[in-house]
Amino acid sequence: MKPKHQRLALAGAAVGALLLAAALAIPALQDKAAYFMAPADVEAKGIEPGRAIRLGGLVEEGSLKRSNDGLTIHFRVTDNLATVPVRYTGLVPDLFREGQGMIADGRFEGNGTFIADTLLAKHDENYMPPEVAKAIARSEAAAKARAE
Amino acid sequence: MIPEIGHAALWLAAGLALVQALAPVLRVTGLSVPAALGQAILCLIAFLALMWAFVVSDFSVGLVAANSHTAKPMIYKVTGVWANHEGSMLLWVLILALFGAVAALRARAMGERFRTILLSVQAVLGIGFYAFLLLSSNPFERIAPAPVEGSGLNPLLQDPGLAFHPPLLYLGYVGLSVTFAFAVAAMIENRVGPAWARAVKPWVLGAWSFLTAGITLGSFWAYYELGWGGWWFWDPVENASLMPWLAATALFHSVGVLAARNALRNWTVLLAVIAFSLSMIGTFIVRSGLLTSVHAFAVDPERGVFLLILLALYVGGALCLYAWRAGSVTAGAPFTPISREGGLVANNLILSAVLGVVFLGTLYPLMLEGVTGEQVSVGAPYYESALLPLLFLLLLVMAAGPLMRWRAMDLPTLGRRLVPAIAGGLVLAGIGAAIGPRSVLALVGLAFAGWLAIASLMILRGRKLRRVPASVWGTAIAHMGVAVLTVGVSVSGAMSVEKLANLRPGESTSIGPYEAVLTHIEPAGGPNFTAVRATIAVKRSDAVTMLLPERRNFTNPMNETTETDILVAADGNLYAVIGQGDGGGRWQVRLHWQPFVAWIWYGGLMAAIGGLVAMMGGRRRTGRALP
Repeated sequence: MKPKHQRLALAGAAVGALLLAAALAIPALQDKAAYFMAPADVEAKGIEPGRAIRLGGLVEEGSLKRSNDGLTIHFRVTDNLATVPVRYTGLVPDLFREGQGMIADGRFEGNGTFIADTLLAKHDENYMPPEVAKAIARSEAAAKARAE
Repeated sequence: MIPEIGHAALWLAAGLALVQALAPVLRVTGLSVPAALGQAILCLIAFLALMWAFVVSDFSVGLVAANSHTAKPMIYKVTGVWANHEGSMLLWVLILALFGAVAALRARAMGERFRTILLSVQAVLGIGFYAFLLLSSNPFERIAPAPVEGSGLNPLLQDPGLAFHPPLLYLGYVGLSVTFAFAVAAMIENRVGPAWARAVKPWVLGAWSFLTAGITLGSFWAYYELGWGGWWFWDPVENASLMPWLAATALFHSVGVLAARNALRNWTVLLAVIAFSLSMIGTFIVRSGLLTSVHAFAVDPERGVFLLILLALYVGGALCLYAWRAGSVTAGAPFTPISREGGLVANNLILSAVLGVVFLGTLYPLMLEGVTGEQVSVGAPYYESALLPLLFLLLLVMAAGPLMRWRAMDLPTLGRRLVPAIAGGLVLAGIGAAIGPRSVLALVGLAFAGWLAIASLMILRGRKLRRVPASVWGTAIAHMGVAVLTVGVSVSGAMSVEKLANLRPGESTSIGPYEAVLTHIEPAGGPNFTAVRATIAVKRSDAVTMLLPERRNFTNPMNETTETDILVAADGNLYAVIGQGDGGGRWQVRLHWQPFVAWIWYGGLMAAIGGLVAMMGGRRRTGRALP
């Protein structure tokens, strides 16, 4: 093979690798990326059951209940515009509290309850997950707009 | 006074960097080596000054007040120096200066002039980071009035892992700066070729080994400290360390081709530029707070912008230089697809595709939010489905590559050499099917692991072991490490079980081959926390072991952490976490049985050792492999 042809072959292989990566990545992104939703988004858009999403908001005061098995909890997540009931089975993260921000990965059941596979609370007392902070700011802005 | 000395030392170091950067232009080349050594000493002084402020709890220094506390144990006062934004950037600059000093002393192979330019490039990198530290992240800033007590350190970081993980990772990240400087200097001087490749190879291998060890330790740290039972979470920050690792892996393989066969010149130089660029992007991702992550320290948009500008200048500058010079590099020596070169090209292409997938997944949330305002998270399901085919392809080629000859090889000969490896794959998958996982994916994984393990041994076949060059040993050890890791991932992925139970003291549950009894719950404590400690007696055949997981409540700052306890048996790990009590005498307990999970970290460490062994040999060898 002449050097020039070899260069062309190598460049072709590189483009091939790039296309392969794209062919693997793009469908996977469309299929597997989980959209972040605040309860108001859920109410507005209506998420079909079974679709993986990431739900974020505040744990509503007074909503946290523990089942008899001691392992499952029920609570409601709110962004002050709408609320969503959530069920989670497992150890609750260290800083999970009523009135605090949290993010849950999971999906909706047919009856509108969100089944969380994982719960994330904030890492320390000063930190609010940015997505949640944004959702709360949005709901405050909406509340203000309505008041005016 | 001591913090001011540290602050002044940093300014002086920045001044020396300026001299070092301009040395080739001002024709004062005699100054560049002393300047590099001076920078290293001054940065060390600055770093020790900051450590002093932490050790004596000098709360008039804002950084210490914000991140330390008198009640914090001494080891975390010391390691706490780099457990915050400013301190970790100071560590970054210190390591950059130390690498510069080592390069000044050791990088002589390409001649005096080349070294001066190399050190100049290294100094230009340094200036940017000094500016970043001094202008927007000064670690020595005083506050008045000084608080009586500091606010303490995030308890998750109060762990021995903090002593090793960030410094090792930084040695890897910043080690790639030397490679970058080598590439830029070679482009300026038009000296890309086998001699350059041989000179740069030990640097790439060294940085790669540190990066490998840092990532492996980080994975283990996350495993036992976070208490989730997983070892890789596809967190943006983990990906930030994985991306330069992938580029560096591709780089030292293509450097091998360049050294031995004078081919792939442009590609190798480009990879060297990309590898360090990804290190900087990694730092940018971690430090800018753009992505939600466990690692995001206090967020300040100004710093993100500063880092972004630095990144654009360095990466953009190097890529422009590349675009200008690439055309003038002459074509390399020819080879056929079935050859060592062909195998290494395949390695590079597959690693690049893996890198592309990780890059896209990591930055997609940022891009999407910028364009549509929608927020998404890209997690394990994406990476698993997109990467799996590529990783299997990689394992396939990885076994065959080192058994191929340079230039050309006929397929039947290669096939004969690979027969034992095929047999190894079938045997391991067969053993797996007989006694282990019932998952097809895991059995395929085991088949690939067996194939790679035997092929790694075959690298040494027919050689006198005492005369095997270090770089060949390195390849065999590192590839074997990947086989070990593949066993760990396959078996633990398919066979791990998790058990959640709500137990009263005295009650028991079973998990995997173990019977576990929650014997009692008691209060415990340390210097800056109180805790609840569970004693769980785990029994297998007749051997009983006590596991003591804790739930800690820290006071400064207020926080809770779970401390796992792990029984490491020969065939797996038993992982125990204690949750909350229900107030009625029951306690949540979570247990995981994870067969062969430890092989993941053994494999990673083997790979790092392989890299170091190859580095030791790389300097003496000519790079031409025996047929």
